Amino acid sequence: MKRKNTNKYVSFALVIAAYAIMMVLISTGKITRSMQGMLVPISAYIVMAISLNLTVGILGELSLGHAGFMSMGAFTGTCAALMMLESVPNTGLRLGISMVIGAIFGGIAGFLIGIPVLRLKGDYLAIVTLAFGEIIKSIFNNLYLGFDKYGLHFQLLSEKGIKLEEGGRMLIQGAMGISKIKKISTFTAGFILIILTLFIVYHLVESRYGRAIMAIRDNRIAAESVGVDVTKYKMTAFVISAAMAGAAGALFAQNYSTITANKFDFNTSILILVLVVLGGLGNITGSIISATLLTILPEALRSFATYRMLVYAIVLIVVMLATNASSTKIMIDRLKARLGGNKEEEER
Amino acid sequence: MYKKDGSNLVPVPSNAVIPERDINDMPALECKNLGITFGGLHAVENFNLTIGRTEIAGLIGPNGAGKTTVFNLLTNVYQPTTGTILLNGMDTHGMSTAQVSKAGIGRTFQNIRLFNNLTVEENIMVAMDNSMKYGLFDGLIRLPSFFREEKKAHQRALDLLHIFDMENVASHRAGSLPYGAQRRVEIVRALATDPKVLLLDEPAAGMNPSETADLMANIRKIRDTFQIAVVLIEHDMNLVMNVCEGLCVLNFGRIIAKGSPAEIQKNPTVIEAYLGKSHTNEGESQAAVDAAAEEKSEGSAPENTKETRKGGKKK
Repeated sequence: MKRKNTNKYVSFALVIAAYAIMMVLISTGKITRSMQGMLVPISAYIVMAISLNLTVGILGELSLGHAGFMSMGAFTGTCAALMMLESVPNTGLRLGISMVIGAIFGGIAGFLIGIPVLRLKGDYLAIVTLAFGEIIKSIFNNLYLGFDKYGLHFQLLSEKGIKLEEGGRMLIQGAMGISKIKKISTFTAGFILIILTLFIVYHLVESRYGRAIMAIRDNRIAAESVGVDVTKYKMTAFVISAAMAGAAGALFAQNYSTITANKFDFNTSILILVLVVLGGLGNITGSIISATLLTILPEALRSFATYRMLVYAIVLIVVMLATNASSTKIMIDRLKARLGGNKEEEER
Repeated sequence: MYKKDGSNLVPVPSNAVIPERDINDMPALECKNLGITFGGLHAVENFNLTIGRTEIAGLIGPNGAGKTTVFNLLTNVYQPTTGTILLNGMDTHGMSTAQVSKAGIGRTFQNIRLFNNLTVEENIMVAMDNSMKYGLFDGLIRLPSFFREEKKAHQRALDLLHIFDMENVASHRAGSLPYGAQRRVEIVRALATDPKVLLLDEPAAGMNPSETADLMANIRKIRDTFQIAVVLIEHDMNLVMNVCEGLCVLNFGRIIAKGSPAEIQKNPTVIEAYLGKSHTNEGESQAAVDAAAEEKSEGSAPENTKETRKGGKKK
């Protein structure tokens, strides 16, 4: 119990400290523009990693379509923000509402896909979530959505049938995605979303819901035998995870002027899974650190130009091997024990 | 408080025997003509059993006789092909395993199934999940009901652990405990669901003699404290003969004998099932059963693998 609690405080402290340092650097102008532009994507990927960790590390189900939920949140949240352009002039509030809408739609998608998927086990579940991610991508690639004073108009495959009244505008234009997005995402919004995500995940894990979810992961048959309703708890975890991904999607999308469905493809799902595995299954602090480092890494490798992705891949392999080697594991354990020991002494 | 011989056992209409003190109550558990077939194999057939409200009953038989299958039928892990199960007079047909647990059957497993990455206390609190009254939202924003219910559950977990004097390991990871302790945690976890019938699948397997002696005392203590029925599968004949009031012997999925431990020890069919065709006379049969018991308790590990293999095939 004690160790879990310290982990929780480490996560919060880490995020708050990083935010404070970044804010100081930004205000003193000591940070490059490219770095500043990466703060929102880093925040979004941290939330994605935490939310996928809920599914993979805490619930114990492999999901390969997490970018699908992100996509869902990105498109619905951004559309909502564009529709509120006049009615909600405050950008912060508009962003907040759009993230809530992204979360709601992400959650709904999670619920719908959860009905068939959560009956499956292991590999089958992974394959179906993979297919789900591709389906979402195809839908947004072929969806045309317009908006005028009469409301929403949508059509699949082409925009010919959509006739908008004066003052109306196209929101989603098929494979072109959403363009002319107002860039309203800020680092502060990302920070708040991360804190909120941490708050939800840690409180979930420490409540009876989290206990039941982890019990299902550890031994489904035993969980059933003590009266745990497996489907209900799996669904709870899955929907919460999807909703968080939806909110992260809305944040992510509004950092760019254009967003297309191809941005949230299988590669993105795998990237998020890599973040989770690298940070450690069930280890939230690890997810935060790995999401930060692996999002910065490709940018930091710009000087390698054409070999950038090759170096990135090699670094990934080396890091995976290093963190899994028994000698480093022993070292980390020893370090943890020392830190944990100090903490306990301090508490006394 | 109760006698170990069969003098206070009385027959009931379904041809079983239950303790006299339970005769006016509705039986805790009643199986009628229970049976299951796996692709033509009759794993269990024609299984009739009545368990009194506060009885300690034993289910014994050679390896592969179908004892664990009976437990899986009782907890609806398998749906029976024929027959009915009445739990406190209620038909459990069509219920899920979780619903059966809520209805009042708690169980442990032959190959221990704990939530290894949770602490001992959390393991037990998972089993109290259905009795805790706060919702998801209350837990997320930590309303007073969350703290109240968590505190209550924490206290109850410690109280239950006290049965085995295990409060000191409450915050240990369940997977890190020694074998015997894990078995005891499993029993406590099953008790935390507030069962009316407790099914123990080889509770003494892997325990040393002193641990087994403690276990015997604790099984009685559990029955007396909670006033529940206990059904156990066990190969340790010393434990079975000392603790159980009624015994049911299975072989090849069929009941071959029922009665008090004293009767079962003398039953020639039972001796034959354990040792093959008997060449011994009546006087030596007691020794034969004891020898068989010892052999079985040593040989319980091979049965593990056999059962697992069988389980794999069934799926």
